Amino acid sequence: MSELTIVSSSPHVRSNDTTSHIMRDVIIALIPATLVGFYVFGVAAIFTVLISTVSAVFFEYLYQKLMHEPVRINDGSAAVTGLLLGLNLPAALPNMPYMLAIVVPIIGSLFAIIVVKQLFGGIGNNFMNPALAARAFLIISFAEHMTTWPEVDTVASATILGSLKEGGVVDQSVFEAFIGTVSGSIGEVSALAILIGGLYLIARKVISYRIPVFYIGTVGIFVLLYSIFNGGLDLSLVGYHLFGGGLMLGAFFMATDYTTSPMTSIGQIIFAVGCGIITALIRLFGAYPEGVSFAIIIMNLAVPLIDRYTIPRAFGEEK
Amino acid sequence: MSSLTFKKGIHPKHAKNFTKDKAIEYVLPEGDVTIMLQQHIGAPCSALVKVGDEVLVGQKIGDSESFVSAPVHSTVSGKVKKIMDVLHPNGSKSSGIIIENDGLYNEVDMTPKDPYTMSKDDILATIREAGIVGMGGAGFPTFIKLNPPKDKVIDYIIVNGAECEPYLTSDHRVMLEEADRVIMGLSVILTLYPEAKGIIGIEDNKPDAIEAMKNALAAFQKESNLEIAKNMEVATLATKYPQGAEKQLIYSVTKREVPAGKLPADAGCIVQNIDTVVAIHRAFFRGRPLMRRIVTLSGENVKNPGNYKVKIGTSYRQLIEYAGGDLENTKKIISGGPMMGIAIFDIDIPIIKTSSSILLLSDQEMHSGEESPCIRCGKCVDACPMNLLPLDLDRFARNNANEAFETYKGMNCIECGSCSFVCPSKRHIVQSIRTTRRTIMAERRK
Repeated sequence: MSELTIVSSSPHVRSNDTTSHIMRDVIIALIPATLVGFYVFGVAAIFTVLISTVSAVFFEYLYQKLMHEPVRINDGSAAVTGLLLGLNLPAALPNMPYMLAIVVPIIGSLFAIIVVKQLFGGIGNNFMNPALAARAFLIISFAEHMTTWPEVDTVASATILGSLKEGGVVDQSVFEAFIGTVSGSIGEVSALAILIGGLYLIARKVISYRIPVFYIGTVGIFVLLYSIFNGGLDLSLVGYHLFGGGLMLGAFFMATDYTTSPMTSIGQIIFAVGCGIITALIRLFGAYPEGVSFAIIIMNLAVPLIDRYTIPRAFGEEK
Repeated sequence: MSSLTFKKGIHPKHAKNFTKDKAIEYVLPEGDVTIMLQQHIGAPCSALVKVGDEVLVGQKIGDSESFVSAPVHSTVSGKVKKIMDVLHPNGSKSSGIIIENDGLYNEVDMTPKDPYTMSKDDILATIREAGIVGMGGAGFPTFIKLNPPKDKVIDYIIVNGAECEPYLTSDHRVMLEEADRVIMGLSVILTLYPEAKGIIGIEDNKPDAIEAMKNALAAFQKESNLEIAKNMEVATLATKYPQGAEKQLIYSVTKREVPAGKLPADAGCIVQNIDTVVAIHRAFFRGRPLMRRIVTLSGENVKNPGNYKVKIGTSYRQLIEYAGGDLENTKKIISGGPMMGIAIFDIDIPIIKTSSSILLLSDQEMHSGEESPCIRCGKCVDACPMNLLPLDLDRFARNNANEAFETYKGMNCIECGSCSFVCPSKRHIVQSIRTTRRTIMAERRK
């Protein structure tokens, strides 16, 4: 008899899902949005995304090596963080000092991986979405770079939400915003491409529909009500808010981050509605034109609290 | 009609194709048999025979004065060779009676009884004397399960034909080949509870078994003039693990929840395994005690996988060799199902009343992998049929936070293993929960 039989506790069979399969699915789901970003913004976008992704994986490797931890870059989580960060940055501008174009994504990845993720215990323990925390960090540190958008098809370089904030006129139609011929961060230009990736994740059961649907729905209803109380129903305003900024990318890919979203169905709904309300408040009443990143990281901080108050009733306990 | 089911749970690969079409094959023991004195939950039996005694098939050779226990019987005829501590399938050493099989199978006098004219106490006594225990795996003495406290009103007798563990097909084959005996065994139980409904629950991945049971029931209802025949039905259950777990099965069939920390009787139900019911049939209509077991031998490393009817006390080794088990390429040998069975380290152990299957698994079949950190994906939360938060319980267990573990209802866990199964980080969730539950139970007993 083979001496090498394993004796361990049940269960003796496992599903063939692994962490790296999940991360691979997330990367696959981001491909449409990434390609649209590359198409719209060209080589500069490719460089930005490449730099952020490679440096995120590198920093993860470096930290784990230095700390004598098992190196887990193969699980794909650092690559996902780097990719998401890249997609949340503006493509480099032609007239920008190219050192800055290289340095900004690297600093972002450093902050995301080392400060937000690894210093708090690594995968599964970060208290905020690393990519979004890094984006917020970069917005504060490199305000001008982070809010200057390249021109698209020689149309005005202002984003839709930027124009709305200035009280100006939006040149594009809602349909153009949905398809993706408007300016913005690399990954957020095409709502359609993000939707395709998001539906893939839902179909693959990587994420549930709850957070994106309730998040986007809350923003939609909030903006609708706002328009009704401010000079009458304006459906195109709702359309611009849904498709014109980072809401789609945030709702499908950032707010659904496992580590920083609640565990239970009811908790996820509370979290998503909270994200929606804060996003709309910042956009409509705040100083910034865009509020998705801040809304999600604020709600990230509320997750332990939400989890504590949404413990499900165990089977057999009193109703 | 849509299939009855419970909330949450998982869908492991059935892996039943290896053996589901293999008719039950009788395999006689070669050489000595070892009858363990503990084959049930409760007090172990004391031997009623001495070394050198001649015993017969069906002779009671071990019994206990304790209430929670069940006697054991010889399954061969021959001479008692030794009474000594041997390795038990559960991994511990305990007392067993080794009988030198003379191959003649001379039997004690076994006379059938008519349950329909017997008193309730006589029926229960017959079930006890036949050594019948829950054959689904737990091995709780059946006569106690069938006799809950007097204040409990029993509305349902549920026969568990879910067989939700992957690979296992012994109950499936019994339903196909001995359907009429299942029905008659159930009729004995309903004689104890004439007001109760008798429901045979079967997962919908066994349509042939559902049909066989329905046909057998229709035939019984046509021929029998018993009032209780009208109270029986066959229910179709969704194929989902752990459909055959007692609390989930009760919920699927009756939509009642067994209150936490209480027994099925508190929800007005008694659940019995298919083969247990057949053992009851044999105890009455053929007068025979529990002496045989149907064992599924399966897994990629078994050349002739099948369902083998063996005498209790036959060695695992004989059965594995008979079925052409390739031990060289086997990574894990499991006694029982892959979700809740026990990994064994030695095959020189005897079949006991609860040995439902022997599986020889390869690496590919297990998908074991290294444990990595929890990513809070929540798959375990969506899988847990008890609606717990396995990832939190796992964390509390590893941090020895027993108080938080109890606040989060860790003691309600049924240890089905669904959480560990779905975990993409391959964390040993149910293992750490199980350990903490044992610790807390031990503390409570102090």
